Amino acid sequence: MDYKKPKFKEKYENFIGGKFVPPVGNEYFENNSPIDNTLIAKYPRSQKEDIDNAVIAANKAKEAWGNTSAAERAGLLNKVADIIEANLEEFALVETCDNGKPIRESLNADIPLSVDHWRYFASAIRAEESTMSELDIHTVSLNLKEPLGVIGQIIPWNFPLLMLSWKLPPALATGNCVILKPAEQTPSTATLLMEKIADVFPPGVVNILHGFGPEAGKPLASHSGIDKVAFTGETTTGQLIMQYASKNLNPVTMELGGKSPNIFFNSVMDADDAFLDKAIEGAVLFAFNQGEVCTCPSRLLVQEDIYDAFMARVIERTEAIIQDNPYDVNTMVGAQASNDQYEKILSYLHIGKEEGAKVLTGGAACHLDGDLANGFYIQPTILEGHNKMRIFQEEIFGPVVAVTKFKDEAEALEIANDTLYGLGAGVWSRDAHQLYQIPRAIKAGRVWVNCYHAYPAHAPFGGYKKSGFGRETHLMMMNHYRQTKNMLISYDKNKLGFF
Amino acid sequence: MSYTRVAITEAATSILDKLKAKHGDLIFHQSGGCCDGSSPMVFEEGDMYLDESDILLGQLDGINYYMNQDQFSYWKHTHLTVDVTEGRGASFSLEIPMGVRFIIRSRLLTQEENTELNN
Repeated sequence: MDYKKPKFKEKYENFIGGKFVPPVGNEYFENNSPIDNTLIAKYPRSQKEDIDNAVIAANKAKEAWGNTSAAERAGLLNKVADIIEANLEEFALVETCDNGKPIRESLNADIPLSVDHWRYFASAIRAEESTMSELDIHTVSLNLKEPLGVIGQIIPWNFPLLMLSWKLPPALATGNCVILKPAEQTPSTATLLMEKIADVFPPGVVNILHGFGPEAGKPLASHSGIDKVAFTGETTTGQLIMQYASKNLNPVTMELGGKSPNIFFNSVMDADDAFLDKAIEGAVLFAFNQGEVCTCPSRLLVQEDIYDAFMARVIERTEAIIQDNPYDVNTMVGAQASNDQYEKILSYLHIGKEEGAKVLTGGAACHLDGDLANGFYIQPTILEGHNKMRIFQEEIFGPVVAVTKFKDEAEALEIANDTLYGLGAGVWSRDAHQLYQIPRAIKAGRVWVNCYHAYPAHAPFGGYKKSGFGRETHLMMMNHYRQTKNMLISYDKNKLGFF
Repeated sequence: MSYTRVAITEAATSILDKLKAKHGDLIFHQSGGCCDGSSPMVFEEGDMYLDESDILLGQLDGINYYMNQDQFSYWKHTHLTVDVTEGRGASFSLEIPMGVRFIIRSRLLTQEENTELNN
């Protein structure tokens, strides 16, 4: 055992106007670790009055913050990156405790990637320039980007600090103040971050409030004192948030999940080499982060002439996954984030079997011993079936992949696009033509070609269809947090002559 | 014989009764996708904009149960039972502050049910 549960205070507070403050109603909720279902700490159960206070604080700060120089804001973003990096192990351990993901993931993916997103937007805001046009010899059109003002952000529990680091930096870099609500299952790393960076930004620029969706999330999303909502979550909540935004004529960006196809053409098995080894790992990536990824490659499409041979290798690799204590650095798959998530996944395994899907491996809960017996573990599972089954159409958000075979390119595309969603997709082939034509024909915002589950800053990420709109992790996200001021300037001394 | 598409467990009904007492008229909307998705959401009636694209699957304890038509086309061969489990969703569903979460348990419609409901 390399790590163990970290120490926490008894309770934590909201961060509003540069200070930690208790919730107005003085109510708290208990947050447990999914690893062993033991208490982590109490967090504020915020209500509308708390949101109101944060909105006041943010609005008070927005003018001065919006007028700071890009250099100043970038400097502060870089400072945050340095602080997270200097405390990487502490953040990773708290993340694993709160979310249940294996420590090797939080150490090597979540936290380092978070650091990089802060640095990326610090750089992007320094490097960009506005545009101007000379419309005629006397007339100049100048385009300036101005912040929207106050942004409400609601993030999910699957990559708590990383999702925060996708959302906060572009909004702050562009001169906005932010009120962010972490998911109630995973409030810990956002709080730890505010403890470490409490003095970095002027009071009111960053505000973090905890609480439940109907009590704190809804008042934030519908507040008339904010100027935009950025949301990552599921479709019905997304629809509600858009409705609330329409009352205020506010813009929104939405990242709403998917049912991503991962397509393997027969040429992957032309040789038994490093690339085939990579492709097999690519198919097994459905189990990454316990399958709790919006872009989980949860539909596996394999060309029929390699199906048996390829799947034999995929099953073998899946069965080699080490599922154990998330604090152990050798563990590859940890705990699902909560009990309701665990129950939902089991209910999908049930309906999958009822619909006639064949269990190729896994197919049940994973019972671990000792303290972990109370945690929420599901075996990595491969179900074989067809694309009309519910397990092929619904986001299970667990380590569960549904596999089917296809005959040719046309059928691969037909299955791949037969879904309500369009967030991610994977295409694996040694055929140079397929590597361009197939991704072009897939209706999804991110197509990984001969790779999967890479989320670098500087590559835009976002959905087609019911997976939402807006592009994060790229400088184009900055414009989702800004409006354009066009200054139309006349250098002509002469009047129009109309009046 | 009249068949239903949706049902509710006793445990879920007792949660629903508490929510009705607190919030008044309610609806269920079946969500799809991501994080807290693929779960039944319960909202105050009128909170969510509904139109002809939302299919009414039935009534549970006097509460209408809706699903968007796109999703319905993939779900209509299954029977849904609303149950409740300990947990902490991350959506705007009203039961979440109670420390419980509605979940769906599904089974295939029988041949007779399917004939009556889907033809």
